[in-house]
Amino acid sequence: MTPNPALDAGEDPRVAAFEARIAAGESIEPKDWMPERYRKQLIRMMSQHAHSEVVGMLPEGNWITRAPSLRRKMSLIAKVQDEGGHGLYIYCGTETLGVDRQELVEQLLNGTAKYSSIFNYPTLSWADMGVIGWLVDGAAIVNQTILAKTSYGPYARAMIRICKEENFHKRQGYEIVATLAKGTPAQKAMVQDAVNRWWWPSLMMFGPSDTDSPNSGELLRWKVKRKTNDELRQRFVNLTIPQVQAVGLTVPDPDLRYDAATENWLFGPIDWAEFNEVIRGNGPCNKERLAARREAHEAGQWVREAATAYAAKHERRSTEAA
Amino acid sequence: MTQKPGAPSASLASPAAARSAPAANPLFEYVVRLGDDRLVLGHRLAEWCGHGPILEEDIALANIALDLTGQAAALLALAGEIEGAGRDEDALAYFRDETQFRNALITELPKGDFGFTIVRQFFFDAYSYLLWEALAGAKHAKLAALAAKSLKEDTYHLRHSGEWVRKLGDGTAESHARAQAAVDALWRFTAELFESDAVDLAVAKDGIAVDHGALAERWRAIVEPVLREATLTVPAAPGAAATGGRRGRHTEHLGHLLAEMQIVARSHPGAAW
Repeated sequence: MTPNPALDAGEDPRVAAFEARIAAGESIEPKDWMPERYRKQLIRMMSQHAHSEVVGMLPEGNWITRAPSLRRKMSLIAKVQDEGGHGLYIYCGTETLGVDRQELVEQLLNGTAKYSSIFNYPTLSWADMGVIGWLVDGAAIVNQTILAKTSYGPYARAMIRICKEENFHKRQGYEIVATLAKGTPAQKAMVQDAVNRWWWPSLMMFGPSDTDSPNSGELLRWKVKRKTNDELRQRFVNLTIPQVQAVGLTVPDPDLRYDAATENWLFGPIDWAEFNEVIRGNGPCNKERLAARREAHEAGQWVREAATAYAAKHERRSTEAA
Repeated sequence: MTQKPGAPSASLASPAAARSAPAANPLFEYVVRLGDDRLVLGHRLAEWCGHGPILEEDIALANIALDLTGQAAALLALAGEIEGAGRDEDALAYFRDETQFRNALITELPKGDFGFTIVRQFFFDAYSYLLWEALAGAKHAKLAALAAKSLKEDTYHLRHSGEWVRKLGDGTAESHARAQAAVDALWRFTAELFESDAVDLAVAKDGIAVDHGALAERWRAIVEPVLREATLTVPAAPGAAATGGRRGRHTEHLGHLLAEMQIVARSHPGAAW
């Protein structure tokens, strides 16, 4: 391990002790000393993750009222509810780093915080509910299974819990996909179209290529990240292609081929120009997603004020009564 | 339509009974009413998903929507069984038209602001809680079991909506005004919940007897103290109560709700999902 002197806060001996703990595989807890950069990186990653869960409620929430059977409607409501729960859980985890949720939500609403770019794509058919569960939650699981080993204790523990639920969502999604794939010709066309639209954005979920990932080096050294973006992306493709084949669907990649030597499914070039546009706020739904969050926040202002006022009145009354 | 001999006369029930044709299968009709209330209200609540005033409420409202949709699915499945015509819960939910729905009008009104949603929910929860309590003793094993299970869920729903009515009523001037406006707008829709007609009288003979008059009394005993505690004014009895849902005479809102709910299922008749 070669510490990067530029990143370490001067010659602080605590940095060396901290890095020794990380190297020994210990987990870092909220009350432990940590370099400011470590804290900032975790706040950035964790809050992005929480925001992604909350913004991610919108594209799926879009189909709750049109779910074609009561069983599917219930599982979709439950899934979106779980995402809200994950958001809440990770916001709480982020607060252990000395930042409060209101501040983080403010960053989301004013556009300074990021969230997963995948949620800036529109959900255009019922099949999207299957494909999102399968591919998007599937990609999230690949990411989060590794994050469950991250060096920061509260984040690692949150990931273990969240991964269990995400696995359930993924199975549900794949079941929807499999049902549609063996359904009527219209259903099959619907699900193939959904795979065509979501395949590349799902691969982009792992972030920029390793050669172009600004934060990766430091995050790997501090064991915040345990695998590179490209390693995880390859793992996802290798896991997913057999599942695509099992239900008789295809992915929109003419370059896809199996490489026996490396046992990898090699895929064609990713359109990073598209990825960067979405990240910059120019994806198909960036404006709609943020507008929906802002609208909910503004429309809920009077409700939050009421709850605060009520709590204050009753605290005062109970103090007076005492 | 002429009344069947032996059908209850109008004097025994509400005026609605005089105008309603006797149901061919009162038990089916009765269970469909229970199912439709929860299907439609669950749908309205689920519209909040991702748009709530705070994340905790997004989660809570989704949770209640989920319970209500679950109750609806079980009730409509039971109705289909009672009917014995091969219709399951999805056939009943997705392939009936507006005039065939039997939910009370209060459940189909658009979600409005958070205050409207909460007050509507509180009115319905108090009713539903009391109804399940009564039906848990019904002499119909499946319905009684469903009632007992749903009662547990509704106990939580009622606590949740009651707490929010207090917070909104006794919160800020704005929240008070919004909550009062919701109470005033919704009050005329509450009487329908306690109507009795030929269907109720017919199922009462089979041991599914709910005294709607007593239920209304107990409902007021739950609702009015909470409204007062919330510093809200309990409206005077409505001049003209809004009614008709149990006979398939709905507001203009239900058609739009069903158009959205049924679009995918109806676009692919016979498909499995």
